[in-house]
Amino acid sequence: MELEKLRHGTELLKRGFAKMQKGGVIMDVTTPEEAHIAEDAGAVAVMALHMVPSDIRKTGGVARMADPQIVAEIIDSVTIPVMAKARIGHFVEAEILESLGADMIDESEVLTPADVKYHIDKRNFTIPFVCGARDLGEALRRIHEGAAMIRTKGEAGTGDVAEAVRHMRQINEQIGRLKGLDLQDMERVAREIEAPIELVLETAGMQRLPVVNFAAGGIATPADAALMMKLGCDGIFVGSGIFKAGKPTIMASAIVEAVNNFDRPEVLAEISKGLGEQMKGISFSSIPKEEILQTRGW
Amino acid sequence: MKIAVVAIQGNIEEHITTAEKALKEMGLPGEVIPVRHSGTIPLCDAIILPGGESTTLGRLMAREGIDGEIKEAATAGKPIMGTCAGLVLLAKDGGEQAQRTGQHLLGLMDINVDRNAFGGQRESFEVPLEVSILDSPYNAVFIRAPVITRVKSGVDVLATFEEHIVAVKQGNVLALAFHPELTEDFRIHRHFFGLVQ
Repeated sequence: MELEKLRHGTELLKRGFAKMQKGGVIMDVTTPEEAHIAEDAGAVAVMALHMVPSDIRKTGGVARMADPQIVAEIIDSVTIPVMAKARIGHFVEAEILESLGADMIDESEVLTPADVKYHIDKRNFTIPFVCGARDLGEALRRIHEGAAMIRTKGEAGTGDVAEAVRHMRQINEQIGRLKGLDLQDMERVAREIEAPIELVLETAGMQRLPVVNFAAGGIATPADAALMMKLGCDGIFVGSGIFKAGKPTIMASAIVEAVNNFDRPEVLAEISKGLGEQMKGISFSSIPKEEILQTRGW
Repeated sequence: MKIAVVAIQGNIEEHITTAEKALKEMGLPGEVIPVRHSGTIPLCDAIILPGGESTTLGRLMAREGIDGEIKEAATAGKPIMGTCAGLVLLAKDGGEQAQRTGQHLLGLMDINVDRNAFGGQRESFEVPLEVSILDSPYNAVFIRAPVITRVKSGVDVLATFEEHIVAVKQGNVLALAFHPELTEDFRIHRHFFGLVQ
């Protein structure tokens, strides 16, 4: 086999990796033990971080990439893919995570942004990135920078699903409105939403984002997860919802099953019984403006 | 012809689209059905097990009762194709990783597999691959791919990459370590549909 024909880090491989996650639940974990619980429950991947978003919210201060020691231990302890978060624009954190062998990087607004002007140029990396978005323009800008997967930003660490719903609906509506537009109108929309015209045309043709689109930010129960699947997302990220619940093991399995049974209310009813204490949460409307995470990035 | 695509988790839409395009190219009337729950597989003529996360897929297939239906279909001689995670699920021996995680396997092929044999996503690759059932190389997309470490007699090796076995066939069951649904080359799907009686 000629080795020069062997290719790593292609767009097909990056987007393909994201596609393998579809229909799955990706869980935030902070220790190898939590990673095992997630894997046993049927998570398709874990997100390694030093504390879950609700704790980041409580603790305040600057939130950074997780300790590489912990990321490495989590990578060694599970067979499913391990993702990790880097700060917006912090390409060195991303390089470190790539060198550790993380399978995907989340350039995340949950951490304190490191660059007020530029997101990471994700095309320079071998491993794929996932990025948050609140609307179509933001999603397409991130895809243009090389993101292989998009997730709603929602409002992380709240347990309030309303913002994830808002972002998913917003993106769906904007995609729907592209239907039947002529080229001039497409160009007008591209200017308005500040997105490259090629990606607007591609999205219009596919009637969906050109990459996998997950829901994230505030999902705390099996019913929340099923709601997001009903709204057309490809899968779910759960952050604080699992390990801030009274019985994380049971909650983790229940959310996985809910994603596979999102269109069967009678099954969801069974799944949702007796889950114990749920993450307490904080309603989005009660959060002071300066503590809102979703407005980080652009 | 009814083709079931096990649609619990993973690269489902791509498998459905590719299967539909391949059927069309062959001029065969057919229907491709995504299957998430039990009850549908017995009505189908062939089954595709997509890539995804094999740990997750195995667990949910058992919970949904789809695993038993697939085993019955195999006994009845219906063609089955597993790609990547689907390959792992078809194996009798899933290797050390599968044992550690107590993975549910269908065990329909006399092969041993090793999961994530090339490493993580950083090591994922695409490469033109010689496949014995095709007359020219196939652009094979390997994503955190498994390999086949041992085959027993009765299993045909269809492709190898750097000494690793990456595609096999045993009777009407076909297993690939790569993702034919991610390319626009339908030759492998066409071969598979050719197995349907």
